[in-house]
Amino acid sequence: MADVNRGNRPLSPHLSIYRPQMTSILSIIHRITGVAMSLAALLITWWFLAAASGSEYFEFVDGLLTSWLGYLVLIGSLAAFWFHFFNGIRHLRWDMVVGLGLGESARSGWAALILSVVATVLTIILAL
Amino acid sequence: MSFLTDYKRVAGLGSAKSGTEHFIEQRLSAIALIPLGVAFLYTFIGALGAGHETVIETYSRPIPALIAIMFIWAMFAHLRMGLQVVIEDYISGERARMRALIINALIWRGAAIVGVFAIAKIAFLA
Repeated sequence: MADVNRGNRPLSPHLSIYRPQMTSILSIIHRITGVAMSLAALLITWWFLAAASGSEYFEFVDGLLTSWLGYLVLIGSLAAFWFHFFNGIRHLRWDMVVGLGLGESARSGWAALILSVVATVLTIILAL
Repeated sequence: MSFLTDYKRVAGLGSAKSGTEHFIEQRLSAIALIPLGVAFLYTFIGALGAGHETVIETYSRPIPALIAIMFIWAMFAHLRMGLQVVIEDYISGERARMRALIINALIWRGAAIVGVFAIAKIAFLA
């Protein structure tokens, strides 16, 4: 369509000129944690497949997951899980039109952040 | 500044008629994953690094096996729909986007079946 006018319509705000806010930063982290956890999802599936395949192959995969690099990925994924978990509940509340005020959404954002740190630490202690 | 768009510009570019279903399924799987995620994590941290026998023993019991199967199923559905939106948002170019969407739609369904199969094999054969 040659006659389409694309030049002078208002554009969506560009992230680079927007002051970072609690809500925008957490929204971005929610996406990043979600995407990043796809690696852990594949690793855990591989771990189950290895367990179903036999003890020798399982020891190899389990050894990879419990190596220092494996633990680095898994603990990072654990933190991602808890953040995505609590921030996801925040999103579900918003979907029910609850807690959408400016002050409320900033407070629930802090709550999600703090709870995810606490839950991550507690899970690690429980796993030891 | 013109706020008007030509009819021509939007003709044939309307809703694909499946947005609501995607929205609802994404949230349903999110709700399911609240209890399933916590329950699965509990079984998983007990079994990781505890040796093959412990893993087989854990997931041959019906409740941990069912929790793991339900978790894998809901999690991969949630992951697939979430990544679909990310692809739609960030990958430009119709061909590249379509390629990514097709791979995304297939790979996570495949991974879910692999996970369910593996846990079921442990549960049934142990």
